[in-house]
Amino acid sequence: MSSAVAKKVRPKYLSLRALLFEIRLPLPGWVSILHRVSGALLVFPFAAWLLFLLDRSLASPEGFARIASYLDLPLVKAAMLLFIWAYCHHLCAGIRFLLLDLNAGVALAPARRSAVAVLVVSLLLTAFFGAKLW
Amino acid sequence: MVKRVVVGAHYGMRDWLAQRLTAVLMAAYTLVLLAHLGLGSSPTYESWRALFAQGWMRVATLLFAVSLAWHAWVGARDILMDYVKPDGVRLGLQAATLLLLAVYLGWAAEILWR
Repeated sequence: MSSAVAKKVRPKYLSLRALLFEIRLPLPGWVSILHRVSGALLVFPFAAWLLFLLDRSLASPEGFARIASYLDLPLVKAAMLLFIWAYCHHLCAGIRFLLLDLNAGVALAPARRSAVAVLVVSLLLTAFFGAKLW
Repeated sequence: MVKRVVVGAHYGMRDWLAQRLTAVLMAAYTLVLLAHLGLGSSPTYESWRALFAQGWMRVATLLFAVSLAWHAWVGARDILMDYVKPDGVRLGLQAATLLLLAVYLGWAAEILWR
């Protein structure tokens, strides 16, 4: 009990400035936080958006045509590009985490290499599918 | 190493495993869908409609939706437990997440078996 009271109050160094400019996350850290961000984006709003697109496009030929022209709008294409990136990043990072779960590539050097691979491959896939979209 | 006595509490093992198994299912569905759409041509209404009229595709898509709901629930709960500290707010957000995922599931079933 007395040791709990005497516990040293440690300084916290987590100002917004520190978070944004001073703490530099290692690349596996970026993969991890982007896995969370992309996962959250996929649940909302992208899952709802895709259900809407599937709903309208399967409802009738007119609905399909409207969705096709809707997907031609530049802003909608940009949103689709963000969705594609989120999906590709989440998938690639997920495969990496599954391999880590199986104790594959846990050492520092391969973990760093696989983190770079995830970031690069998901961007390349986004470019590939984005090019198909445009 | 923590010695874990597995009694009533299951230390989240089931959710942890479910999140990974549903991930594998969804990855497989993604590859199958991409293979069926083909990478060259964009679908017409007829081909799009025919794809989702097949029984196996409907079942696979529903399975994807169920996997997504379970997977997303575990992930969203992890995120909320990490970042939202006030119990009431967290509980509210968790309830909203469950409701949202239930709506997704119902909507998906409605689209597939219209």
